[in-house]
Amino acid sequence: MIGRRKKAAPAPEPVLAAGDKRLPEVPAIAQRTVPRFGHGSRVPGWDDAVDLTKDPAEIPDPATTPVPAALRAEIEAHMAKYPDFRSAAIPALAAAQRHHGWCSPEAIEQAACVMRLTPGYLVSVASFYDMLETRPVGRQRIYVCTNISCSLCGADALLARLQEETAGDPDFNVRGFECLGACDIAPMASVNDVYVGPVTLDDVPALVGQIREGLPPLPNKQLRRRKSTDPNATSPEGRNL
Amino acid sequence: MSTTILFKDIDENGLHTIDVYRRRGGYDALRKVLTSMTPAEVTDELMASGLRGRGGAGFPSGKKISFIPKADIQKYLVCNADESEPGTFKDRELMQKSPHMLVEGIVIGAYAAGATKSFIYIRGEYVEQADIIDAAIAEAYAAGFLGENILGSGFDLSLVLHRGAGAYICGEETGLLDSLEGKRGNPRLKPPFPANQGLYQGPTVINNVETLATMPHIILMGGAEYAKIGTESSTGTKLVSVSGNVRRPGNYEVVLGTPSREIIYDLAGGPPEGREVKFWFPGGSSSPVLEAKDLDLPYDFNTLAQAGSMLGSGAIIVVDDSVPVVDVALKLAKFYRHESCGKCTPCREGTRWTVSMLERVDAGLATPMDLDIMASVQEQIIGNCLCVLGDAMAMPIGSMVAKFRQEFEDHIEAARARSERELVQGAVGA
Repeated sequence: MIGRRKKAAPAPEPVLAAGDKRLPEVPAIAQRTVPRFGHGSRVPGWDDAVDLTKDPAEIPDPATTPVPAALRAEIEAHMAKYPDFRSAAIPALAAAQRHHGWCSPEAIEQAACVMRLTPGYLVSVASFYDMLETRPVGRQRIYVCTNISCSLCGADALLARLQEETAGDPDFNVRGFECLGACDIAPMASVNDVYVGPVTLDDVPALVGQIREGLPPLPNKQLRRRKSTDPNATSPEGRNL
Repeated sequence: MSTTILFKDIDENGLHTIDVYRRRGGYDALRKVLTSMTPAEVTDELMASGLRGRGGAGFPSGKKISFIPKADIQKYLVCNADESEPGTFKDRELMQKSPHMLVEGIVIGAYAAGATKSFIYIRGEYVEQADIIDAAIAEAYAAGFLGENILGSGFDLSLVLHRGAGAYICGEETGLLDSLEGKRGNPRLKPPFPANQGLYQGPTVINNVETLATMPHIILMGGAEYAKIGTESSTGTKLVSVSGNVRRPGNYEVVLGTPSREIIYDLAGGPPEGREVKFWFPGGSSSPVLEAKDLDLPYDFNTLAQAGSMLGSGAIIVVDDSVPVVDVALKLAKFYRHESCGKCTPCREGTRWTVSMLERVDAGLATPMDLDIMASVQEQIIGNCLCVLGDAMAMPIGSMVAKFRQEFEDHIEAARARSERELVQGAVGA
């Protein structure tokens, strides 16, 4: 599981030594050694995810796995909503991530313990979804939509500017994201789940300042305040908005 | 002449609460359905309305419900609120401003299908909207529009909001089901179709938010009356999300069959001053692009299909003449590479290689022959995977290469000349 990443990822060492007698004589150009990882795979990152020398982790033992009561209650509430408790995997991981900041080995183990699933199962789920973090990240989440509509309106420059403004601050998790479904306010960002846009480059210092101080981000540019653009969407008085 | 159905009074203060919604006639359709109609009658009404699915495929919604087996087994209704098609944001506005319209539609759809458990799968990024829907569901339970014995009819329905965690593929119906079951969102082989074996292996009807939200209106006005709006094969109104290089991006409710030019120029304001429409996606980033000469096409399912594209989710993305087509193609291909779940080889490898080839084009390393190879890669993706994610990249990229081939070749030539010049200058400078 992901906890073993700590010691994993050795530099890709060529296992096949150039002078190995088992190798047939080949022309010089083909003698470039193919990088292989410790267990013989050529796939980079393989070592990163699993340690093949260890047995798969079993379902964590509740007796030895302390789970915060609030987290346990939240996960159990999610499990109770579905005909099959496994449906709660994503909500449970999201809850664990809120408690721990990311889907850390500890977070996964706790979720697995409550759900009575193996940590491996939950890692397989966590690694699939963009919003579940399998590496430590800053707690201030800024997702900048860099998909087609937003990039037509300058999202790439916005992302670069935001990254520059928050550079070196480990508290920030600024990343480009696929379409966030708010192309009407392009270029936009989701700041700790609040949609703001259109964000100009000049807004960036103010936005970052507001996030640092825990204030609502760009209050006048929040999506929730936006009225419909459709001229035929009538108000109660029947006048056009 | 405009007809506003879904967006009527959409900006009324407090429409997201049950009190205001009921004051505007909310839940009247549900009462009519549960007190005076059989499930078969509801399905017939939907069939008569000609309503076609608003999520992308455009399958007739009444027919979809009629495919659900009549046997006495547990059936499910799932509302697809994953809306992650680039350019699409209509469901977001609908859910945020009128969540009860969706809840009412879900109860009506579930009654028609005989489903007693229903789910809304909303994408994880829509946190504000999900909170609003959660509150609406709680209100509907308290008012007796959800739960056991709804309005004394003996019909039971539970509704659970499920939040995703960020994956485009979970908007694909079988990928959505796997994700809802707590797995990685990998699509399934079809058949069996979800109508026979869907969620938890039970018969499942899956509908888009807009489709379900339209159902109460169809019940109230009658299917035949609804069918009079729009064109013969594309009835009713459609929420169209217009974005990209336009002056007034946003959601507009239009009658199907409205000329596209009217939507892009009159409603959305057209491209910025001094620029022209170069090409546009009529139905989200997955639809083959159309050119400026196609702007007068009526915006409906069949016309766009005949023009070689599709209405899809109803998301128009306008690209003006200041943008190189290669940039758009590369952006798109990277998106699909990122979102490919990796289950099927043509899509997993095809998206990756398309990105590599487009990067070569962009860097001036490609030859015109590479464009042919790229086009053939697109052809080999289409139809060869479990779901249409690969097709969704292959179709627009293929159409861009076909329609803007000269620009691709010029782009290669310009990039090559530029890099050679830099090389020479570098050598001279050193």
